[in-house]
Amino acid sequence: MNFDYNEEQQLLADSVRRFIQKGYEFEARKKIVASAEGYSEPVWKTLSEMGLTGIPFSPDYGGFGGGAIDLLSVMEAFGEGLVVEPFLATLLGAQCVARAGSDAQKKAILPAVVEGKLRMAFAHTEKGARYDLGHVNATAKKSGSGWTLDGEKVVVLGAPAAAKLVVSAKTPAGVSLFLVEAKAVNQKPYRTLDEMRAADVVLSSTPGELLGSEGKALAVVEEVVDFATALVCAESVGAMKYACDSTLEYLKTRKQFGVPIGTFQALQHRIVDMYVAYEQAKSMAFLACSQSDSAANAKERARAISAAKIKIADNARLISQEAIQLHGGMGMSEELKVSHSFRRLTMIAQQFGDADYHLERFASA
Amino acid sequence: MDLNYSQEEIAFRDQVRGWLKANLPADLRDKIANYEELTREDLIRWHKILAKQGWVAPSWPKEWGGNDWSVVQRYIFEEECGYAGTPPLIAFGLSMCGPVLLKFGSDAQKKRFLPRIYNGDDFWCQGYSEPGSGSDLASLKTKAVRSGDHYLVNGQKTWTTLGHCADWIFCLVRTDFGAAKRQEGISFLLIDMKSPGITVRPLILMDGGHEVNEVFFEDVKVPVANLVHKEGEGWSVAKYLLGHERMNTGRIGASKRELAKLKEFAAQQKSGGKSLMEDARFRDRLSRVEVELMALEITNLRFLDRMRRTGQPPGADVSMLKIKGTEIQQGLTELMMQAVGPMAQPFKAVNGDSGFDEFTAAIAPRYCNFRKTTIYAGSNEIQRNIIAKMTLGL
Ligand SMILES: Cc1cc2nc3c(=O)[nH]c(=O)nc-3n(C[C@H](O)[C@H](O)[C@H](O)COP(=O)(O)OP(=O)(O)OC[C@H]3O[C@@H](n4cnc5c(N)ncnc54)[C@H](O)[C@@H]3O)c2cc1C
Repeated sequence: MNFDYNEEQQLLADSVRRFIQKGYEFEARKKIVASAEGYSEPVWKTLSEMGLTGIPFSPDYGGFGGGAIDLLSVMEAFGEGLVVEPFLATLLGAQCVARAGSDAQKKAILPAVVEGKLRMAFAHTEKGARYDLGHVNATAKKSGSGWTLDGEKVVVLGAPAAAKLVVSAKTPAGVSLFLVEAKAVNQKPYRTLDEMRAADVVLSSTPGELLGSEGKALAVVEEVVDFATALVCAESVGAMKYACDSTLEYLKTRKQFGVPIGTFQALQHRIVDMYVAYEQAKSMAFLACSQSDSAANAKERARAISAAKIKIADNARLISQEAIQLHGGMGMSEELKVSHSFRRLTMIAQQFGDADYHLERFASA
Repeated sequence: MDLNYSQEEIAFRDQVRGWLKANLPADLRDKIANYEELTREDLIRWHKILAKQGWVAPSWPKEWGGNDWSVVQRYIFEEECGYAGTPPLIAFGLSMCGPVLLKFGSDAQKKRFLPRIYNGDDFWCQGYSEPGSGSDLASLKTKAVRSGDHYLVNGQKTWTTLGHCADWIFCLVRTDFGAAKRQEGISFLLIDMKSPGITVRPLILMDGGHEVNEVFFEDVKVPVANLVHKEGEGWSVAKYLLGHERMNTGRIGASKRELAKLKEFAAQQKSGGKSLMEDARFRDRLSRVEVELMALEITNLRFLDRMRRTGQPPGADVSMLKIKGTEIQQGLTELMMQAVGPMAQPFKAVNGDSGFDEFTAAIAPRYCNFRKTTIYAGSNEIQRNIIAKMTLGL
């Protein structure tokens, strides 16, 4: 047993945290959120220079050859800073390539991702799918030497910033993945509740390149979504930490009835429960990240990831709600970062499946 | 024992229900149903419709336009409005300033303000909270110094709901700084929002909406004629209002409507060929909220019956209704969030053209916004303190 980071991981964790605290403080984030693109080119460049975009890719393509565990501290720092860069979206798309693509496709795409030159997105969810990964109605048909795609994808995270999309679609052989140029699809971009950018995407006779083999995509999709779920679990831990720490600070400084409100035992027990929930969530994020990398089979992985997500969903809700409540009126204000951590934690609770979805998956895995 | 309304009460309920059905303008009803933001004009329009019908201030004395309704009838009326989904009647004039003037106001103040409140000619807001004084209201610092026939007011109020829409604000201010107890030396002032020296600054809430404000007072002249009750007795005015809280704090009618909407919405959400209403996990969560609501309704009726028989004000019972009522309201928004699922994410269009469904996109901001219900009007922690002290003697 060893819950410590190794030296390399610790160095990375420290430098990422330092960068986020300095270069991504709340005022800077506000400007990024309000900008036309909704992310920051210079920040993206820094992230890739720090090697973050290369962590989960093989050294063959310039990557670090790591996994979710190596991204744990990165995602935690992102969570604490409420980073809105399309990092997760890019990893989602590029992991599809890394896990399903041919050598030629990997060579064509992954080095660019690692170097920070290519942002991607994963267009999978459709209207009415809820969290069912098998619900795919978009279709692809052969056309000359390539394929064309038709259908509609919703809430494609990071699509407005991406140059290439990985799109799932049905062929006679089953669900398959395709590489599609972002400019070839029709997008309507919007801001999400947690201040990221997403779009609904319409494909109509849109050219696509088959990624890997036809009809075998569902297992890959599940794997990649589990990987991403582990990452948002890690991210949530950072956001929870921010929510807990800022609330603790508030309890110590806000005075009513002539004393800091933290002297009221009714509130002391509430913040204690928040920290207990945070520690529990953190433990489950460790489990999710390590099992996403090392589980012996898909069933074992699914159980671990779903267990983590159940805990994270419940605790994200508890912590986010209590943080607002204990801040009183100030917690409701858009001015304070804590309300933005509420928004992110609210979304994380449902991202890649809510507690009920994962309860079902956990019990039946 | 009989848990049901009497024949007369049922007839009254049906009359109200029928009238609301016929007189609630369709565009306002739709705005409420679609979680759209209401404008000042929307609120005033509905106020005036009720004023014309003579139903806008049922609890006021008859000579000022009240209705002689029993407490049960008043409750039925308010819950029917909630159930029908009418715009809210803004409480600041009708249920706060009005009752204060009726109890403490001079004849001149009554004549001047009550008819305008009744008819919706003046829009009121409430100036109690300050940056340093929320739960601990008695610590407030905004000061009013008397000079001749007016006060000079300096200080800041915050969280002022609809302050940007208001013509008038009623304020608690400090007039005596040497008083032995903090509660002494507070006065209740009526202030014209057009007075020179008042600045209103929007406070945007986490759902992006503008409903509350900061209000700054810089050497604002307020005629002494606008002092309500005696100077230094403002705290008893505030306390009277607390004891005067209406019995619909639980907002049961509105929650019933939300519950029905939630069921309808959840039935449309399908995954793997099954609707969410066929999902036992979701259904159990929903049933628990529904049962809470049933329990609250019967509790509310029990309190109401006691109030009718004893003639005593409800006291700390209202705190219990507030705690449970707001928890249920929040529980319903939480289930709406669960029901909308991944489609909770779209929030604001980037290029004007959103392409997403406005109703589903309103669900998450509403969930955020409803966190306020356990904070404002006396936070739920403060309500528990009240029960502990007043009911349980701790
Ligand atoms: C949307 C909204 C609208 C509002 N509208 C108005 C308005 O129109 N006019 C107006 O005057 N005010 C208004 N308010 C203000 C509201 O009344 C205050 O927010 C409320 O009284 C809480 O005060 P506070 O925000 O200063 O929180 P604080 O009093 O600082 O409380 C912070 C936390 O400490 C807890 N706490 C405080 N004291 C105790 C205690 N003794 N024991 C246990 N816990 C305690 C609180 O419950 C809360 O969780 C509004 C607030 C909101 C959010």
